[in-house]
Amino acid sequence: MKSSLYAQLKWKLTAIALSFSLIPLFLLGFVLHSQFCDSYTEKLRSNLRLTVLNKVDAIDMFLSERVVQLQNIANTNSFAEIAEQGNLNQLFDAIYSTSNSFIDLGVFDQQGNHVAYCGPYDLKNINYRDQRWFNQAMLKGIYISDVFMGYRNFPHFIIAVKRREQGRTWVLRATIDSEVFDFLVGSVRTGQFGDSYLINSGLLLQTSSRRSGEILSAAALPQFSIGSDVDILRWNDNGTGMVAGIMRLKMVDWSLVVLENPSEELSPVLRDQSLVFILLFVCALMISVGSYFTIASIVRKLMLTDKEKARIDATIMQSSKMASLGKMAAGVAHEVNNPLSIIRESAGWVRDMIAEGDFDEVEARENLEEALGDIERHVERARSVTHKMLGFARSMEPTQEDVDFNQLVRETVSFLDNEILYRNIRVDYDLSLELPFLNTDFNQVQQVVLNLVENAIDAAGEKGTIHLSTQSGTDFVEFRISDSGPGIPQELLSRVFDPFFTTKSAGEGTGLGLSIIYSILKKVGGDIKVQNLTEGGAQFSVRLPLVNRNMYHQEEICPE
Amino acid sequence: MSRIKLLVVDDEVDFLKLVKRRLEKRNFDVAVASGGPEALRYLGKNPVDVVILDVRMPGMGGMDTLKHICRKHSSVEVIMLTGHSSVASGLEGISHGAYDYILKPFEIDDLIIRIRNAYEHLLLREKGGQ
Repeated sequence: MKSSLYAQLKWKLTAIALSFSLIPLFLLGFVLHSQFCDSYTEKLRSNLRLTVLNKVDAIDMFLSERVVQLQNIANTNSFAEIAEQGNLNQLFDAIYSTSNSFIDLGVFDQQGNHVAYCGPYDLKNINYRDQRWFNQAMLKGIYISDVFMGYRNFPHFIIAVKRREQGRTWVLRATIDSEVFDFLVGSVRTGQFGDSYLINSGLLLQTSSRRSGEILSAAALPQFSIGSDVDILRWNDNGTGMVAGIMRLKMVDWSLVVLENPSEELSPVLRDQSLVFILLFVCALMISVGSYFTIASIVRKLMLTDKEKARIDATIMQSSKMASLGKMAAGVAHEVNNPLSIIRESAGWVRDMIAEGDFDEVEARENLEEALGDIERHVERARSVTHKMLGFARSMEPTQEDVDFNQLVRETVSFLDNEILYRNIRVDYDLSLELPFLNTDFNQVQQVVLNLVENAIDAAGEKGTIHLSTQSGTDFVEFRISDSGPGIPQELLSRVFDPFFTTKSAGEGTGLGLSIIYSILKKVGGDIKVQNLTEGGAQFSVRLPLVNRNMYHQEEICPE
Repeated sequence: MSRIKLLVVDDEVDFLKLVKRRLEKRNFDVAVASGGPEALRYLGKNPVDVVILDVRMPGMGGMDTLKHICRKHSSVEVIMLTGHSSVASGLEGISHGAYDYILKPFEIDDLIIRIRNAYEHLLLREKGGQ
């Protein structure tokens, strides 16, 4: 009973301490972590945007450089010069030395005839009049094709520029190895899942892709609409979250796609996350262990203090009992001496009769019997006095029993009958007949009533009156005791239950009576109030619960 | 020598009955009263030599009764009867004019010696007064 209550207290305190330290800790951890994640994600996003912008610029620049190169050649050479194979070869060597992505160079006349060609294939004299690229170049002046396999069977694309010269129009065409894009685009791939590629307007791959497959296959991208700026797309690909930055090139209707796996990109954060979790766990563990041990030691100290307090309480109770006994001693001596003197006189009377030797007479027999009857009666009377005193002085073991409170009041007052009798105090009883039994500690409650009656006798003085009443409430019994004394000065009313507070002169009272009453009532779950009556005198009202709910507590703090 | 007239005052009726019988057997004239007022009434009407007076009595206590007796009846001696615990009250009685005191419970012979002493003292006092 005892240890479980302290254990409960310990766990309750630990729970409170932990919730007040761990909840803020975890909250702080969570907020910091999510803030960090958010800003890291934001950072990654802007990095991705920057990468895409840079790459698009680089590719656009590559294309525009090639276009300008071709335009320069076309503008600085006449058709006659450039159609000369030797000149064309020289020109090709010149541009090949600046960029080895050029594969071949061809010149076409107005009708689409391949009039000159420098390159690894035999393509001279083929007519391209019906080819789309030729028509587009003739129409717009510049044409850049999508990547295609063509006759050559490897991915390449062409750039064609038109030159108008003295009424005739011709076209200069260069074939460019699209591998250069693989290199340009592939350099921004990150991690294990990162990807980057070019797509044309039909979403066909213009460079190879790690995830979407070979050149000219369709790119695995969700639906998106393309604007002039970098678009950031997010989607889930078979459980892997993906982020893509997409931007259109300026030179050609292609788009650059850079894919990232955010969880991979966030791996430093995730690494931090596990570090944070470990830190949190260690902190939580330290706090838990710390609070458990602190609280356990506090509860242990509390237990010792309670024990010590209970021991002191018991000692004070015992001394108060001794004080009560001392007070009653004079009355008890008289109570015992009176029957003793009657017994002695009866014995003396019998001795007188023996001395006279007249036992045969009927009157003598009757006298003898009367004397013996007197002896027996007064022995009984003396015995009842000593019995009551012993009952009162008996040990302080706490008990729990059904108590007839009216009976308890009468019996307790009877301890002080002598005092009451010889001080000529009138005691009025107004005890309720319908008083239920109390389940409480008889000895403790008796001590309360005794102390109150003693006080009332002292206050009432010679020829005073004491009024005792009991009545029952819903779950309590109320006991009131008032006296015809001078009452308690108003300014002292609040202090009467303080230990060592007394209005009696030194040596007459310990000042502990009412404080003992107060502490007993706290133990048995009762309550006491004091007031001065308008008609004079003080009234104490004691409330006792029908069932002492503090029973366990009381057992608990009682010293072993 | 005439019989000594005694008045025993105590609130214990059994005690009065026994003491009266035993003292009568020893040739005393014994009257009893169970309280102070009754004793004073008796003294007002009857001659008494020695009063045996219990200290602790309800109503008018022994000490009050003693003061009344000393004030109104100079021709009696009083012996206070007191319990063990209140020797002090016996001595207080003497200071208020009682001749002697005896502690309860007592030997009847002890009481008789004190009664006789008190009576002799009374006689001496009366002679001296004449």
